[in-house]
Amino acid sequence: MPAAKSAKTTEHAVKPGLRVGVLALQGDVEEHLAALAACKAEGVRVKTVEELETIDGLIIPGGESTTIANLLERFKLQKPLLERAKAGMPVWGTCMGMIVMAEKVAGSKQPTLGLLHIEVKRNAFGRQIESTEEPLEIEGLDGKPFPGVFIRAPWIESAWGGAHILSFLEGKGVMVWQRNLLGTSFHPELTDDLRIHKYFLQMVSAAKQ
Amino acid sequence: MKQKGTDKVKRGLAQMLKGGVIMDVTTPEQAIIAQEAGAVAVMALERVPADIRKEGGVARMAAIEVVQRIMDAVTIPVMAKARIGHFVEAQVLEALGIDFIDESEVLTPADESYHIDKRPFTVPFVCGARNLGEALRRIAEGAAMIRTKGEAGSGNIVEAIRHLRQVNDDIRRLSVLPEEELVSNARDLGAPVEIVREVAKAGRLPVVMFVAGGIATPADAVLCMQLGSEGVFVGSGIFKSANPPKTAKAIVEATHYFDDPKIVLEVSKELGAPMAGLEIGQIPKEQLLAGRGW
Repeated sequence: MPAAKSAKTTEHAVKPGLRVGVLALQGDVEEHLAALAACKAEGVRVKTVEELETIDGLIIPGGESTTIANLLERFKLQKPLLERAKAGMPVWGTCMGMIVMAEKVAGSKQPTLGLLHIEVKRNAFGRQIESTEEPLEIEGLDGKPFPGVFIRAPWIESAWGGAHILSFLEGKGVMVWQRNLLGTSFHPELTDDLRIHKYFLQMVSAAKQ
Repeated sequence: MKQKGTDKVKRGLAQMLKGGVIMDVTTPEQAIIAQEAGAVAVMALERVPADIRKEGGVARMAAIEVVQRIMDAVTIPVMAKARIGHFVEAQVLEALGIDFIDESEVLTPADESYHIDKRPFTVPFVCGARNLGEALRRIAEGAAMIRTKGEAGSGNIVEAIRHLRQVNDDIRRLSVLPEEELVSNARDLGAPVEIVREVAKAGRLPVVMFVAGGIATPADAVLCMQLGSEGVFVGSGIFKSANPPKTAKAIVEATHYFDDPKIVLEVSKELGAPMAGLEIGQIPKEQLLAGRGW
């Protein structure tokens, strides 16, 4: 992964005292909190502007609500979240989270945060019966292939600007990195493999310095 | 090494629905209203449970065209019901490409002894339960998600609350038992000991559990969430209310912010009349749905 060149992928690169928020409106919030706990990091649920102010990084989990972006706006989270992300706070979206972070959603006018310079296609691999487990090669990730869990997953149609695709499946982008932002089509939080959570924690550590 | 239909992807879809609301719909228009209100999935039906109850007769899987039109209308997952034990209805729904099958007591059971063996299917199943034993038998058969049965179409939350509390009490009890008591308890629960051990250790079901059956207001949904439900099904409660789009949105927002009474208050204002409800004691015994399932 590109950022790993500056932040070595070693466990002690993660600073103590980091608070990582998980957006807790809907989706697999507990799974991310459990993965953060397994990485010995403090994970907190984020539903309000006050909670958003206390964190050093944010994970937007997997979920299904097509209106998460509407909810962010209605409950006044959108503006402060955008301000913090633009000021450098690391944000990682898994599946729905990546869709919410994308600039464009193919064939849809659904509102998004517009953070990642990518166009995503929703349910790109098909309906639930096409959901798969499949090992992935990820640029910069050492060791064995990563266990990809794809559930009605999106893929990345195109990327521009600073967005860099880190992994492909069937020729389609499924993981993206852009400075302080990360997006995955798949769900590392549903596996026992903590490498991507640790990688995100290093991004959070680096941003706090 | 592409693997479809694994437990992880089947249970995983249910995990993505957590904190959300699944709504019964009978037309594409209703499905779109549900999606715009923020539903995480819709249940495609020919008749909502309140009407099934009223009209009587044998309730079967919905007409394929009804389900297909709803699948075409929305991008959120679409669920449909098959009769208990009717594995061919389930095969047909899977062939159609449905995202989730509810093996449901709301329809007339096709088999009075056995549920569907859900393991060979690629599509995930959700099943109803009134207590832990029932939930674990369904999981052993391959269910990827559990919901309480409640009393569907009644607009009365009392049965769902009974079932939710019962499952939670049963789990809490198991979690403090010494190891040597688990085998006998598995026998008493009527559930495989491996799953009983797993639940005792984790202090929760190995799959997601929602509440279903009788939710009619935002406060009903929040009551379930505060009692530990991971999300809610709303059947007749949306489209039998005076203002379905507003009621749908209110129940979604209340469910997301279930721990904030101020938001529940705000969304509960000016909703108009909720669906009419039934006192459980007034429903003739042979018309109670929750007793179906074995």
